[in-house]
Amino acid sequence: MPAPIVMEARGLVKRYGQVVALDGADFELRAGEILAVIGDNGAGKSSLIKALSGATIPDEGEIRLDGAPVHFRSPIDARRAGIETVYQDLAVAPAMSIAENLFLGRELRRPGFLGTVLRMLDKKRMLAESVARMEELKVGIRSMTQAVETLSGGQRQCVAVGRAAAFARHVVIMDEPTAALGVKEGNMVLELIRRVRDKGLPVILISHNMPHVFEIADRIHIARLGKRAAVVDPKKISMSDTVAVMTGAKRVDELPPECLA
Amino acid sequence: MRLKTLLPFSSIAAAALFAAGAQAADPPIIGLITKTETNPFFVKMKEGANEAAKAKGAKLLSGAGKADGDNAGQVTAMENMIAAGAKTILITPSDSKAIVPAIKKARDKGVLVIALDSPTDPTEGTDALFATDNYQAGVLIGQYAKAALAGKPAKIVTLDLFPGHPVGAQRHNGFLKGFGLAAPDAKSNELGKAAEVVCMADSFGDQAKGQTAMENCLQKSPEVNLVYTINEPAAAGAYKALKSAGKEKGVVIVSVDGGCQGIKDVGAGVIAATSQQYPLKMAAMGVEAGIEYAKTGKKPSGYTDTGVTLIAARPLAGVDSKDVKTGTELCWGKK
Amino acid sequence: MGTWKDRLPPLGTLGPFIALLLACAFFATQNERFLTGGNLSLVLQQVMVVGVIAIGQTLIILTAGIDLSCGMVMALGGIVMTKFATELGLPPALAVLCGIGVTTLFGLVNGLLVTQIKLPPFIVTLGTLNIAFAITQLYSNSQTVTDVPEAMTVLGNTFPLGGTTTVAYGVVLMLALYGLSWFALRETAAGRHVYAVGNNPEATRLTGIPTQRVLLAVYVLAGVFYGVASLLSVARTGVGDPNAGQTENLDAITAVVLGGTSLFGGRGVILGSLVGALIVGVFRNGLTLMGVSSIYQVLVTGVLVILAVATDQLSRRGTR
Repeated sequence: MPAPIVMEARGLVKRYGQVVALDGADFELRAGEILAVIGDNGAGKSSLIKALSGATIPDEGEIRLDGAPVHFRSPIDARRAGIETVYQDLAVAPAMSIAENLFLGRELRRPGFLGTVLRMLDKKRMLAESVARMEELKVGIRSMTQAVETLSGGQRQCVAVGRAAAFARHVVIMDEPTAALGVKEGNMVLELIRRVRDKGLPVILISHNMPHVFEIADRIHIARLGKRAAVVDPKKISMSDTVAVMTGAKRVDELPPECLA
Repeated sequence: MRLKTLLPFSSIAAAALFAAGAQAADPPIIGLITKTETNPFFVKMKEGANEAAKAKGAKLLSGAGKADGDNAGQVTAMENMIAAGAKTILITPSDSKAIVPAIKKARDKGVLVIALDSPTDPTEGTDALFATDNYQAGVLIGQYAKAALAGKPAKIVTLDLFPGHPVGAQRHNGFLKGFGLAAPDAKSNELGKAAEVVCMADSFGDQAKGQTAMENCLQKSPEVNLVYTINEPAAAGAYKALKSAGKEKGVVIVSVDGGCQGIKDVGAGVIAATSQQYPLKMAAMGVEAGIEYAKTGKKPSGYTDTGVTLIAARPLAGVDSKDVKTGTELCWGKK
Repeated sequence: MGTWKDRLPPLGTLGPFIALLLACAFFATQNERFLTGGNLSLVLQQVMVVGVIAIGQTLIILTAGIDLSCGMVMALGGIVMTKFATELGLPPALAVLCGIGVTTLFGLVNGLLVTQIKLPPFIVTLGTLNIAFAITQLYSNSQTVTDVPEAMTVLGNTFPLGGTTTVAYGVVLMLALYGLSWFALRETAAGRHVYAVGNNPEATRLTGIPTQRVLLAVYVLAGVFYGVASLLSVARTGVGDPNAGQTENLDAITAVVLGGTSLFGGRGVILGSLVGALIVGVFRNGLTLMGVSSIYQVLVTGVLVILAVATDQLSRRGTR
């Protein structure tokens, strides 16, 4: 029994001048899964993700969240709808502490007069919450008050992922989360992504790193020429076949049916 | 086709008419370059030059550097004016040494260059100099101060311009000389020291900085009874500092400039005496010299003292001073 | 879960304060009048104008911007308020509001050019610096405005604090403004957003914070502070001086840099700017008490600025 569809898109079209980035692309994300989106450069995967996260507005097509149509005019709209995005450059303020970064833009205020009139921040509560959320995701960082720039690359990624997971209600989108990380740190992040899924949040993952994709994804969405070429099951299909579909060397109908998902 | 042949003829005709017209009434073009546009001293100088030019039938171009010390701005202004046909340049040099090569170039082209208010270094760098004798200005107020102190031992604070400036040095040293102390001569750029001078500070000729300088000197030497100031804004600042400390009654302040606001301060008892100088006169003389040169080719030479008058509210024996009323008539600035 | 070392301010902040203490200790040995209440309260009065300008400048530098027009705008504010009171006969309070209004307007112009036309703050404020200067000179005819009403100079008056120490009301105002700014920057979301915008504007935008509005607010607020500084300047000197503020431009930036705020934005403590302003004032006062030429004061300031920036850079290179 396939899990219910959390997010889907039909017939997305996006043109940039003469270039057609999305040419009637379809998309489905099911509950409780990690869906990897892969594709060669120019395949349209970043445009697809931008449309889903609200960073761009598609020219044609429809996006539905939990069955209801949505129109995101900005990333903020997507966030309000419960979709959190972890950008490739992490979007953290390096000089500020982890707790501050977690709550950036959604700060908690002190109760009563101090909060409403003086607009004072409830730093204690934000710190406690940060500690709790990070512990929940088993992110092993000693102190939430240290500045993000003091962390290693992998730890910073965990903070960014943790932030998205802490506030997301429906979907978490991650853009190249293990790029520029070493083996150990990369695995640390992959573990974290699994825990996010286990928490009940479906994850959309863009990656060029095939081994990581095959290790962590439940399904793989292959984008090609602005459309969805195929959705495959990493447990059934081989890496080389996947790459072949991605580059067009093999057509979808050449794949054995049990590879599709 | 017809239009094409018509154009060259009409332009020749127009040029001929223009030349004929220009020949008929060709006023001499004189350029005035001050240190800055904003110091009221130079504003008044420019006004005086404009009036003289209008009255005597000359055309005045004016320009300035951006700030005190902006030599490049003055050089550019001079080049532009000469290109526009100026045969005489009147200049208050911001940097007395650095401007000399540019002036030489101008003089080699046959342009008359007269320094106003302060000389170039060397003084022979210009054809002539019309200026206040700043040393004498200092001497006069030094003499007045000596008489005003009436034999009391002097505790002097000097609020100077800033180190190395010739006008600042001349006024400072002249003051010491006039007071009766040993001092460097008029050619020196060094600020003379003396045992009676208990504090020396730089005011940059600015009221707020003069106030700060006076406050700090008061802390160092609260027993001060005589303050020499480089100009009247610095004097006003010094007075404010003394008043805040409750010391204004026991201290004599002397200054140089003779601007209308300064003369008002003399009348109000803020400044005991000031040496008045005459920027309007410098400018008018400069314009006249320029017209004379254009007409007859005669150049002025050497140093012409444009005069300095001691203005004091209270006349003292042995010192020749004029009263505030005279000072107000002759003052420069907003009356 | 931070250790006590985490709670200590970073070297960039503590450094200037230590430098100030060392300077005071040194000058105290050179002249016994230095450490008196009377002298120290004098130094506070001497830095109060630059001190308040530096608050606005700090806010702007925290966003990785810079304002080269601050001193000239302050001078314009002073001329406007004094001329409105003396020539147009407006009641002093209204004239003061007009002066602050004009400086705030310049802040708005700077902010709009930076946020809407997206011009670099250095270029924008270079332009408004000249415009403000020209307007000031033209409107005042390069003349100082005197006979300023008493009510306007009230902040220059002092009240006794015991012994020979007197404190100017303006100094109290400056300290209060620093306190308020410190509170807002540390304890409110709006204050933290200023840091965030300076540290990583793109990241801040992506979290939903209206970065352009934050930037605009910072420039407008700085304009208000310049207006208050112009009132303090009028109160201290008793006149409206069109040539005021010319050195305050760089003095304010020097105070901010000496105080440990990074010119790259996102880092710094506002109280540091007060310390920076005090350092310059203490050196000027101390050197005069020692009878040393003012040229050395300029030399020392230059050396301190280099030390301050270098310390900030090195202390951050220690961390990853």
